[in-house]
Amino acid sequence: MTLLEITALSKEFDGLRALDGLSFTAKEEEILGIIGPNGAGKTTLFNLISGITPPSDGEINFQGKSILRLKPHQISHLGIGRTFQIVRPFQNLDVETNVLVAYGHRFYPSFWNSTKAFKQPEILREVQMLIERAGLQPYAKQLAKNLPLGFKKRLEIARALALKPRLLLLDEPSAGLRFEESTQLMGLIRQLRDQGIGVLLIEHNMQVVMDLCKRIVVLDHGSKIAEGSPEEIRSNPLVVQAYLGKEG
Amino acid sequence: MISGYLITILITILIYAMLAHSLNIITGHAGQISLGHAAFFGIGAYTSAMLYAEAGFPFWISVPLAAVVAGIVGALLGIPCLRVRDDFLAITTMGINFVVEAIFLYIPFFGGAMGIGGINLPKWFGREMTKPEYFVLILVVFFFLLLLDRRMGRSWIGLAWASIREDEQAAGAMGVDVVRFKVLAFILGSAIAGLAGGFYAHFLTFIMPQNFGFGQSILILCMVVFGGIGTRWGPIVGAVILGILPEISRPIMEYRILIYGILLLGMMRFQPGGLLGAESILSKAFRRTIYRLSNSG
Repeated sequence: MTLLEITALSKEFDGLRALDGLSFTAKEEEILGIIGPNGAGKTTLFNLISGITPPSDGEINFQGKSILRLKPHQISHLGIGRTFQIVRPFQNLDVETNVLVAYGHRFYPSFWNSTKAFKQPEILREVQMLIERAGLQPYAKQLAKNLPLGFKKRLEIARALALKPRLLLLDEPSAGLRFEESTQLMGLIRQLRDQGIGVLLIEHNMQVVMDLCKRIVVLDHGSKIAEGSPEEIRSNPLVVQAYLGKEG
Repeated sequence: MISGYLITILITILIYAMLAHSLNIITGHAGQISLGHAAFFGIGAYTSAMLYAEAGFPFWISVPLAAVVAGIVGALLGIPCLRVRDDFLAITTMGINFVVEAIFLYIPFFGGAMGIGGINLPKWFGREMTKPEYFVLILVVFFFLLLLDRRMGRSWIGLAWASIREDEQAAGAMGVDVVRFKVLAFILGSAIAGLAGGFYAHFLTFIMPQNFGFGQSILILCMVVFGGIGTRWGPIVGAVILGILPEISRPIMEYRILIYGILLLGMMRFQPGGLLGAESILSKAFRRTIYRLSNSG
């Protein structure tokens, strides 16, 4: 089933076209890879989907409804979780509290509910499970700023999972990680897909993308230049050109 | 019997402690810097003074209304502040302070430079309250405010504020309605400052615009930062220490601003978390002592 439908999406920053008429769809239980050279508009795309910046033109539908005019917190309530390319955990809060913040999304909309205490046994138990799912249980009481990068990335995923997302936007999860760390993280992403979550994956590491994704969208200068299976992408001359430059 | 001098200082410090506490909600809990907090202190003081001295309302109504009015103005002025952050927010709030002070000073309705007089201590049991009784009254109110603060800190509201303080954009992506929770912090902080203003007006018996200027805002901020921004007791400790200092020796009174400035610089350099901050010398010594006691026992 179609989860996310992007139609003719454009974004202009002071005359610079970061995205130019981009269209694609993402399905449930699928890891859709989004690749492209630096400056192709990948992170801009995530910022538009998560409502951080408004698009200049085009349409974004999530589960059949437009999310174009919604604020970031409303979009997260619908079930779109994200991580950031440059990690942004709440540095001075511990791992558990980081996850609790996102868990609270169901309490924030009502003033009465948001005055309730957050340290309830059943809530802490659920948060503990999310922390375990991300493999962070020994660090539950550590401040986020003291974690190594790989664990910060896991923390961001745990935090996004607390939103009970239908769709996860992962922005370069393997960047800066050692090989084993990155392999473990990919295992986690695969598990999430198997649990029915759709994943949009921005990734520079081709090995990782080709491994994880059955379908890949390639961006260059804000437009889609190719879409298809890893084999199709690998042999597409436009893609090779975008990455390596034109001959002669 | 407590001397009149002592009780005057005690009440003043208590009111400053309440003010520092209220600024701590906005700047400490929600992470929104404000250089204009005295404006809301002033709005509360003027509301209560005018309701009491000119409209004839009793103290018991004028002071709560001072909190309500300051809270409403805090919400209205908080809205332009929502679009700006950090240094721009600091300048915007500073501007608000100057505008509010100028309104009190230049609009005759507010009494101009002469201010408003004829405000008295509240009455109860058919007589005027004594100063020690007034002190206890404010203390009791403050006690309840601190209970409320603790409750807030343990609620989703406190958690939402902490996330906004840490990273606004990430907070939004995690489901926190940033605008709503920021406005809530401005409303609560301004309302409590207004309440403190009401108490202050009835204690001073007459108020002038200068009592609520930019310098006052900086003084309140100094107390919060000095004691420990974001901690529950830090701002109170800051208010007590910075409030007592000038009374201990006259030279300090004369060079008050200079000494506060030096203290603030020193704190920022060596103890940015304040006296009661998690990483401060005091907190570490306290934790060590507890550790040693629990090991020897």
